[in-house]
Amino acid sequence: MPAKPSIAPRDWASQPPYLYPGYKSTVKRGPTRPLVPLTSALAQRNAPVYGHDDIGPLDHDLTRNAARNGAPLGERIVVTGRVLDEDGQPAAHTLVEIWQANAAGRYVHKADQHNAPLDPNFLGAGRCLTDQDGRYRFLTVKPGAYPWQNHPNGWRPNHIHFSLFGQHFASRLVTQMYFSGDPLLALDPIYLSAPERARERLLSRLNLDVVGEAGFALGFEFDIVLRGPHQTPAEA
Amino acid sequence: MKLIQTPSQTVGPYFAYGLTSEQYGYDFRSLFGPVLAEPQAAGEHIRLSGRVFDGDGVPVPDAMLEIRQADAEGRFVASRAEALASGFRGFGRCGTGTHPSLHYWFDTVKPGAAAPGEAPCIDLIVTMRGMLLHAFTRVYFDDEREANARDPVLGAVPAERRATLVARREAQPGGVSYRFDIRMQGAKETVFFDL
Repeated sequence: MPAKPSIAPRDWASQPPYLYPGYKSTVKRGPTRPLVPLTSALAQRNAPVYGHDDIGPLDHDLTRNAARNGAPLGERIVVTGRVLDEDGQPAAHTLVEIWQANAAGRYVHKADQHNAPLDPNFLGAGRCLTDQDGRYRFLTVKPGAYPWQNHPNGWRPNHIHFSLFGQHFASRLVTQMYFSGDPLLALDPIYLSAPERARERLLSRLNLDVVGEAGFALGFEFDIVLRGPHQTPAEA
Repeated sequence: MKLIQTPSQTVGPYFAYGLTSEQYGYDFRSLFGPVLAEPQAAGEHIRLSGRVFDGDGVPVPDAMLEIRQADAEGRFVASRAEALASGFRGFGRCGTGTHPSLHYWFDTVKPGAAAPGEAPCIDLIVTMRGMLLHAFTRVYFDDEREANARDPVLGAVPAERRATLVARREAQPGGVSYRFDIRMQGAKETVFFDL
């Protein structure tokens, strides 16, 4: 079997550091020693295998996939976008997993003790596969902001967590999607940990035209760029 | 012109109901879990387990680990149909928050060498609240001394740090297990790779 093209390196100028004192938990949890190079020839492991049959018919619809006796409270939103590599090529049929707080800023997770109500009709988890153009689409409600203990009266901006693999084990990405114009962004050390040149990648944009459900849900567009194929010196 | 890569952000403390839902008892089907090998999968069945320690040596209760490995013959699973037929899926995911002593575990088979000259190994991703991006490491096996001595990746690791990448075989009443702890910091900080 011919070797698959290897993957471009992580662009450290676009990625946050392991140790970022503004986000206090990094100080005891981030690796401190330099990473050991792994030759690209050995970085060709493919992403895990899964198929359409693994994805349930409501997995992409967080307004319905945990509904018990009604609809979740909150502003309905569509979140859609394309998963691309650095060359702009779509990542087709790739898994996108998301999780988020409810409209009141409360997570279902048992460890979340924030004094805001749970929503009996909302879990906050979803997933889908991108289509052949790399496009994904979720229907959900806008997550609320919530307090955290990192610094006095700290509040996380509204965000949705994303988890992706792309085509390679090495293109794994776990990130968060924010909303353009959120005043909490300028105060959030997690958002600010991303190098300034790359922060805009973390912001979704209001786009009323992407929804296809006028009068039903607000539309937000969020494209995701994964590591691309390695370029040979001749192409570079 | 290259597009700028999307920056990583922390997985945070509340991933369990989305990414490891069945393990943590949430009512949402999991695509991935701690079991990579069903009983019929070929090869030596093993349990890989351990804990993740922070810079104070305290076990981390909210880490998530993912592993990717070849089957007992050294082949990587190429399709879902192949995984269903063989009972081996080649990828697993486990959080550290459900075991009483904060262990992660994977039920799998011992991998074969993926290529001539390479030692059998398991690729591992670790992430958690307090990590702004995940880290890659590798699990080697302490009963593969000769293969480990020839492995090019282990060979590129400073000799005094190689032991952080080698799992310890322990015969248990229930079967064979390998112990692999991950230390995020300190004198025995695990080697992480720039992959």
